Amino acid sequence: MIRWLAGLIGWSLAATSALAAEPAQIGVGYLGLAGTKSTLSLVEQPAENDGVAGARLAIEDNNTTGKFLNQRFTLEERRIKEGEDAVQAATDLAARNGFIIADLPADALLKVSDALRDRGTLLFNAGAIDERLREADCRANVIHTAPTRAMLADALGQYLVWKKWSRWLLVVGSHDEDRLFADALRRTATRFGAKIVQEKIFEDKGGARRTDSGVTLIQRQIPVFSQGAPAYDVLVAADESEVFGAYLPYRTWDPRPVAGSAGLVPRSWDASQDQWGAIQMQNRFIKLNARRMTPLDMQAWTAVRMIGEATSRTNSGDVQKVTDFIKGPDFSVAAFKGTKLTLRDWNLQLRQPILLVDGRMVVSVSPQEGFLHQVSELDTLGYDRPESKCKLK
Amino acid sequence: MWRVGLLSGLLLAAAPAHAFIAYVSNEKSNTVSVIDTDSWTVTKTIKVGQRPRGIEFTRDGKFVMVAVGDDDTIQVIDAKTQAVVDSLPSGPDPELFAQDAAGKILYVANENDNTVTVIDLEKRTRLGDIQVGVEPEGMTISPDGKILINTSETTNMAHFIDTSSRQIVANVLVDARPRYAEFKHDASEVWISSEIGGTVSVIDPGKHEVIGKVNFEIPGLRKEAIQPVGIAMTKDDKTAFVALGPANRVAVVDVGARKVTKYLLVGQRVWHMAFTPDEKYLLTTNGVSNDVSVIDVAAQKVIKTIQVGELPWGITIAP
Repeated sequence: MIRWLAGLIGWSLAATSALAAEPAQIGVGYLGLAGTKSTLSLVEQPAENDGVAGARLAIEDNNTTGKFLNQRFTLEERRIKEGEDAVQAATDLAARNGFIIADLPADALLKVSDALRDRGTLLFNAGAIDERLREADCRANVIHTAPTRAMLADALGQYLVWKKWSRWLLVVGSHDEDRLFADALRRTATRFGAKIVQEKIFEDKGGARRTDSGVTLIQRQIPVFSQGAPAYDVLVAADESEVFGAYLPYRTWDPRPVAGSAGLVPRSWDASQDQWGAIQMQNRFIKLNARRMTPLDMQAWTAVRMIGEATSRTNSGDVQKVTDFIKGPDFSVAAFKGTKLTLRDWNLQLRQPILLVDGRMVVSVSPQEGFLHQVSELDTLGYDRPESKCKLK
Repeated sequence: MWRVGLLSGLLLAAAPAHAFIAYVSNEKSNTVSVIDTDSWTVTKTIKVGQRPRGIEFTRDGKFVMVAVGDDDTIQVIDAKTQAVVDSLPSGPDPELFAQDAAGKILYVANENDNTVTVIDLEKRTRLGDIQVGVEPEGMTISPDGKILINTSETTNMAHFIDTSSRQIVANVLVDARPRYAEFKHDASEVWISSEIGGTVSVIDPGKHEVIGKVNFEIPGLRKEAIQPVGIAMTKDDKTAFVALGPANRVAVVDVGARKVTKYLLVGQRVWHMAFTPDEKYLLTTNGVSNDVSVIDVAAQKVIKTIQVGELPWGITIAP
């Protein structure tokens, strides 16, 4: 009892001094491009605050925790307009923020990371899924919360193979990123024993995504396009550019399911994900942002939560200390995916389960049962340590 | 034949001492299953509100309270009629709750708005709210009733709340996603399970410090599958049982040594547990396999499985 009392008194003394001290300020910057890209489905059109809205929720979550630890998080958003210099914007943000969440194309991200290297700013890549950022072009000051194309393709491929839909008709768009996703899908097919029975290119001939009588035309186009394919179980589409993917389901010549960029889609997150306590977070997100949560929102949320997790574990807002802890062996973060998320120490990619969604429901979550790994089953998704070309510097 | 009859007659005569009533909340079915521990069968299924999870008998044994999160309330089941008779003014999305020793005050963790709601159980009115961390979940009260512990899942803390002033007096950081808190009966330690962290933290409630951890390792099982949730401790504080979620096992822990001595295979995704009052049996809810496992506490063996509703979550046994 006396010890108890002594403890209480000791605590209240500590509390008084803690209250008297100024809270540790932890500045987080958010750097993204201005404007949004156009999608085929009006429902999937991203909001202007796509991504940063997730960061904002994580700042609130961190501050709820921070009030018990005398830490205060702030968020500063910066959007780069066309023709503006990403490096300059990043340098300006870094003057006030030790951490920057970036949603930038790969080349811009690399320039920014090289420019900020000596400053010690820690960057989080929340947007770019390019393999090369984790492989040949990996950087020691960039942590990736976005999954990679190979992780997404493997997550989908494991499920299709589990389902025994192993004959794929691969339809690839005509843009660079479509081809990269197709590369990832081909690698997946080889790894998990699926067969690509035929490949077709869907040429982007331009044209509007919104038209007044679009449906009539598409309904005639797609059956003709998919006619005459060899026997297949599932049509797998690689259309990151949003040119044709969403036109495929229900319109193929053969009655077959569609997966990849439309139909059954691999994603880091979905507004319908309600397992593992996620409903609380979905509710918090909707309350704060008056819309539903996207994968980019989640990738940004996770990045800011990683910072918060490290500041509370180290009881410090010091960028170097926090960076060391995040990269260290004891780091993990909970992100409503049924398992702790950790970093691949060889390339700083966040290990994570991938959801397979149909636009209304979570159909499955990969890794699938039976895909085994000696370290972590999450490493059955994407490039593993022995294959990695990354040398962190 | 005659002898058998006599024997069973003797058993029947002894039976009332062993017959207890367990109530199990089925998160997906929106029902509560009533289990008779004499016959080990479900004797009744009660329709309740949406997403029933936390469930507990009132101290006098007359009512069962069940948090129905998606209806933002706690429903009250009359144990005699086995029907819902009332509801309590909890905050939004109540999940788990704790009552004081006298059974007069109820503390409810409201996951959706980072608060603990305080309810007068006699008047069934709301007395106030306490602001805590993100996603409050686990709740327990110290044996002397002075300290309420609440865990917050995303803040990863155990909040120590003075029940008289309703102020937080200390916050102790634990491993990721703390789900459940349990005091030793002698009040010398609080045990907190961390679902994502995969550990149980042992806290000295006087110093407000983590003084030890229980770790789990099951050969042939990946570490991520070990997700501790429910904790049940025997009255002599010697043995703790920890439900390990998707590891489908309950760990038997030597409380003094803080070491696992045995793993008992139960149903899939084991959540919460309750002892029969005589501590002969421990019942576990198995979320994915939709059943309840019965553990013989002395033998440390699973002796029975009872099918209940969909996604069984919480369990309480009549005092």
